Amino acid sequence: MKKLLNTLYVTTEGASLRKDGENLVAEVESAERARVPFHMLTSLVVFGGIFISPPLIQALAQLGITIVLLDRAGRFQARVEGPVSGNVLLRRKQYKVAEQPDEIVRSFVTAKIANQRLVLQRALRDYGSDMPPDRRERVEQVVDRQAAILRKVAFKTRGLDTLRGAEGEAALGYFSVFGDLIRSPDAAVCFRGRSRRPPLDPVNAVLSFLYTLLTHECRSAAEGVGLDPAVGFLHRDRPGRPSLALDLMEELRPIFADRLALSLINRRQLRAGDFEFQDSGAVLLNDDGRRTVLTAWQERKKEERRHPFLEEVAPLGLVPHLQALLLARHLRGDLDAYPPWIWK
Amino acid sequence: MPELDDPIPISALQHAVFCIRQAALIHIERLWEENRFTAEGRVLHEAAHDPSRRTRGLVRRVTALPLACRRLNLSGTADLVEFRREAPGGPETPFPVEYKRGKPKLHRADEVQLCAQAFCLEEMTNRSVTEGALFYGGTKRRVVVPFDVELRRLTEETARAFGSLLAAGETPPAVYKHDRCRACSLIDVCRPKATTKTAAGFLHRAVEETLLRDASEAP
Ligand code: SF4
Repeated sequence: MKKLLNTLYVTTEGASLRKDGENLVAEVESAERARVPFHMLTSLVVFGGIFISPPLIQALAQLGITIVLLDRAGRFQARVEGPVSGNVLLRRKQYKVAEQPDEIVRSFVTAKIANQRLVLQRALRDYGSDMPPDRRERVEQVVDRQAAILRKVAFKTRGLDTLRGAEGEAALGYFSVFGDLIRSPDAAVCFRGRSRRPPLDPVNAVLSFLYTLLTHECRSAAEGVGLDPAVGFLHRDRPGRPSLALDLMEELRPIFADRLALSLINRRQLRAGDFEFQDSGAVLLNDDGRRTVLTAWQERKKEERRHPFLEEVAPLGLVPHLQALLLARHLRGDLDAYPPWIWK
Repeated sequence: MPELDDPIPISALQHAVFCIRQAALIHIERLWEENRFTAEGRVLHEAAHDPSRRTRGLVRRVTALPLACRRLNLSGTADLVEFRREAPGGPETPFPVEYKRGKPKLHRADEVQLCAQAFCLEEMTNRSVTEGALFYGGTKRRVVVPFDVELRRLTEETARAFGSLLAAGETPPAVYKHDRCRACSLIDVCRPKATTKTAAGFLHRAVEETLLRDASEAP
């Protein structure tokens, strides 16, 4: 089994990173704070004003370890990458299938809806009895509605636009009750419907942040198996957009990000004090909040689960890579369909 | 020597004998390249430590010799070729020597690779090459390999089978064999068991299952 290597996240403003032999060394005010051997790393993600020495940049690029620069709020700025390692035959297949991607899109959308529905069902199971009846009923209604959409998407629907439409409808229903799953007594920590750029409440701030982390993982996974991260199936091509990474991420979002956000908030690991409420109405995680989320994210990646298709136990952090691999094997003709990841 | 069109790398034949899908994953899909390079690096290193290097006399030793065979569309490099003479001034007979890590193996992959070098040498020198040797780092021994009819046939068949895959850019399906696959360094990317399952069937079953499950037993 491929090893789960680390992504190193550096959040300390003013830290400086340099190469020392075959290691990455992080220093803050000239004191060494961390030392990580290159062979333990798959990527480096830094937030805001952090210095990276040129020899380190060069060494990482050469070893295929990607550097991702985010601003302090976790918004994407740039990435530094070594030579593209892609496989031209695989990419040609990817481009060809992207012209006629219905069946792959069906897999992505099916798994996304199934996993969203499982998030709602899990919440009903765990604390449905504490929910006020009207809330509970709302969630149950969406669960039923998701079942109908799921059945349609998996067994009936034809055509890309219909699949995309079903995906949109499912997401709308799901986010219409997502706020009902929040149990924090802290009124400031709320969800008022999905908002992106910028997030307008704390729950959206956490979701956006987790989606950024997940996009990065999916992009590395796509690149790791030789796929072109820019050419997607569900997401249409747009210059600069990692459409394939966004595709791969759809089925993983509910469990990897949404559920993690819920548990951080409902267990009160994140409170109002972890957010920065800006005058514009935008809400962002502050330094403490980000650190809490990153720690939980790293822990979650180590959790092991049985992979539904491969039927072997793998850490969650490896799932994006395994899915990218299965997609590549499907494109190369080894599998009759793309088997998505459905939470079990 | 004129360039060959997309020649078959001689080193691919050893993979193709072991498993033709493995050869395709490595040489067509370019998976596991680093691994290949480190292996080659070590081979050259061992070549430099062969104690028989000092022999002289009627033997002219050429290391890292580029080779090609038009007939089978092969190309590659020999670790070492000894050009041997019966007597001073007599004709030279090439004798290829290939360095391998580890010990002699049960399958014939190493012999096929060596035999392919013999085909190249025969075509390039117009001399018949009847034997060569494999030098194993693990045992520090030379094993002499006669290029008999059977080995020649196996080598040709392997070259032709892999050559047509290479030309088409195809990867053949996995055939799962317990002992072989377990020893294969590409098992994680090949997924020989998974690729014989139906993914479409899996998706249907997974959806049925998740639809049947009610909230009380959500994961
Ligand atoms: S895992 Fe088995 S089928 Fe796949 S390449 Fe290796 S030996 Fe061949």
